[in-house]
Amino acid sequence: MRLVLRGGRIIDPSQSMDRVADVVIADGVVEAITDPGAVHDAEVRDVTNLLVTPGLIDIHVHLREPGFEYKEDIETGTRAAAAGGFTAVCCMPNTRPAIDTPAVVRQIIERADEVGAARVYPIASLTCAMAGDQLAEIADLKAAGACAISDDAFPVQNAETMRRGMEYCAQFGLTVMTHNEDQALTRGGAMHEGYTATVMGVPGIPAVAEDIGVARNILLAALTGCRLHLLHLSTARGVELLRWARERGWPVTGETAPHYLTLTDDACLGYDTNAKMNPPLRTDADRQALIQAVADGDVDAIATDHAPHAPYEKEREFDQAPFGIVGLETAFALVFTHLVLSGRLSLQQMIRLMSTGPAAVLGLPGGTLQPGSPADLSVFDLDERWVVEPTMFRSKSRNTPFGGWKLQGKAKFTVVGGRIVED
Amino acid sequence: MHDLLSLRETSKDDILGILTTAASLKEILRRQVKKVPTLRGRVVVTLFYEPSTRTRTSFELAAKYMSADAVNISVAQSSVTKGESLKDTIRTLQSVTANCIVIRHSSSGAAHLAARYADVPVINAGDGRHEHPTQGLLDALTIAEAKRADSSFDFSGLHVSIVGDLAHSRVARSNVWCLTRLGAQVRWCGPATLLPADADRLPISVHTDLEEGIRDADVVMVLRLQTERQEKGLLPSLREYARVWGVNLRTLRWAKPDVLVMHPGPMNRGVEISAEVADGAGGTRVAIEDQVRNGVAVRMACLYLLMSGEREEEAE
Repeated sequence: MRLVLRGGRIIDPSQSMDRVADVVIADGVVEAITDPGAVHDAEVRDVTNLLVTPGLIDIHVHLREPGFEYKEDIETGTRAAAAGGFTAVCCMPNTRPAIDTPAVVRQIIERADEVGAARVYPIASLTCAMAGDQLAEIADLKAAGACAISDDAFPVQNAETMRRGMEYCAQFGLTVMTHNEDQALTRGGAMHEGYTATVMGVPGIPAVAEDIGVARNILLAALTGCRLHLLHLSTARGVELLRWARERGWPVTGETAPHYLTLTDDACLGYDTNAKMNPPLRTDADRQALIQAVADGDVDAIATDHAPHAPYEKEREFDQAPFGIVGLETAFALVFTHLVLSGRLSLQQMIRLMSTGPAAVLGLPGGTLQPGSPADLSVFDLDERWVVEPTMFRSKSRNTPFGGWKLQGKAKFTVVGGRIVED
Repeated sequence: MHDLLSLRETSKDDILGILTTAASLKEILRRQVKKVPTLRGRVVVTLFYEPSTRTRTSFELAAKYMSADAVNISVAQSSVTKGESLKDTIRTLQSVTANCIVIRHSSSGAAHLAARYADVPVINAGDGRHEHPTQGLLDALTIAEAKRADSSFDFSGLHVSIVGDLAHSRVARSNVWCLTRLGAQVRWCGPATLLPADADRLPISVHTDLEEGIRDADVVMVLRLQTERQEKGLLPSLREYARVWGVNLRTLRWAKPDVLVMHPGPMNRGVEISAEVADGAGGTRVAIEDQVRNGVAVRMACLYLLMSGEREEEAE
């Protein structure tokens, strides 16, 4: 039986499409995009006045399973993804055990097949236990299904280790995703080093620590030819370096996150640990530079760095609380409300940054509605206004700085492999 | 005013309210029997996660002079070492009828965290490198007594220099907000490695040269230099620090002849301040003992203003 999404506004950046049409789905793939009402022999879902896009893809989330299921698990994390309009997520390897053996990769893929409300692509670690020295068995990890390689939460400090890791990954065509930080400059730091940290008396994380990490990793990518993806860029200089690398034709991509586009370090005032993440919220000049980079197409993706933590872990002294915030259920509305409705970004650009772009970064299926592509779609009501209420999250965790924010645009349902996923 | 967490978040009116109350309460300290019944039946809990002698004693005496019961909890004796969170500790103290919680903690913002979970007033007795509000207030009271004929708190035209490890100083931050709100012009002076980022965006001027930093100052406030700063690579040696930024009889000549020297204590004689200056040699006016005395008066005022407010609410 075919499924038809009838009468929606279809935006597909992969074919520069913006039209009212029907999406015809059969056997888990997009069969055709037709004029409204052209296909009759089908199950019809009316999506008049709704937006239909290639499924959103978040290439940077922490699902916490295995090991930290009290924060999140694959079921709740993918439900949060679906509720936010995502049809696929890439999960980071800082689990317990880490995703550093084929067994863990397979376990995550199997769990996602059983209980997942979205596709899950595991990212495996570069070094064993993300300890930063011995390389993990990367060929085996790829064979088991790892989509990319990263030591996200534990950035490799030794440049030699990173160089050899990139050389090793390059031969298998694997992308290395880096959290960029020279930790000698950030030890003890809990928020962006600047005026607000000075007033609050909080040890700082200087922007230059990230910029040095970005520059080092770019230069190693140029040396090794390894595809490099720069995670969660938060500084003006970081996106400048990304642009500089790209002008040289080096294989470098980059992402930023909704919170870096909407908040500054002032959000930490009052010692709100829900505004504590790493990299930290920066200055308004950084925020403006990131918005400009996103608008200019210098950044490939917006990813959430969805990082759930239990309430009691965040209800701590500011310097002792863990880094990270949840993001899957607020990302679309934050970007739509604060970048599209404000006129900084077109809807086409936004969907490129949250679907087509991230798919291209890692060569994932999806990100397009071209006939024959997987039937992964997201459906949004762009007129719906809502207030962020963290207790309503599908995620197990509530650590968001956006509680109480009035936003516009909400996912209604997703389609994954031709199957409708209702929230 | 429900809590006293920082002077940055305290209005000029509230600052003046505390200072004038403290000035009038000083009369009690001059009595033979230093006790008034004002806070009888009230319980003040001091919760100290960091060692402290003078601040803690000062709060305890302040509570006792007002007839409140003072209960002292220090980290070594409490269940904190068993891993109890600050939130749970605050809730516990409240359930055993604390009427006011005085907290000292090594994490900036700990007093804010305590206030979030406490219904009773919270007084910040120093949190990390953030603020030490009662120290800022007692310094203002000390300056008014020494530098204003009528002990007025109008500090316009007054030049106050704070010298030393500004990056790690909660005293320096509280003083900036308090003194500038009262009209003083404040300078910070110290080595570049001990100045916090973007300090020049505070309502002060920032200097690395000591002569510029204290030239014609009415008040020079010297901060304690923690010796571990040298170990962390922020300074080459204490010897060089003392030579370049030490306040001594030679360097103090750059300030006004009647300059008042202050220090929040405890002092490292021979490092940030010379022994001669600390002991008032050469006619130097040193306020260190006045600061300690005024600390008790200021803390009495804070306890009185925060806890009597609580009593009125109960009466309603």
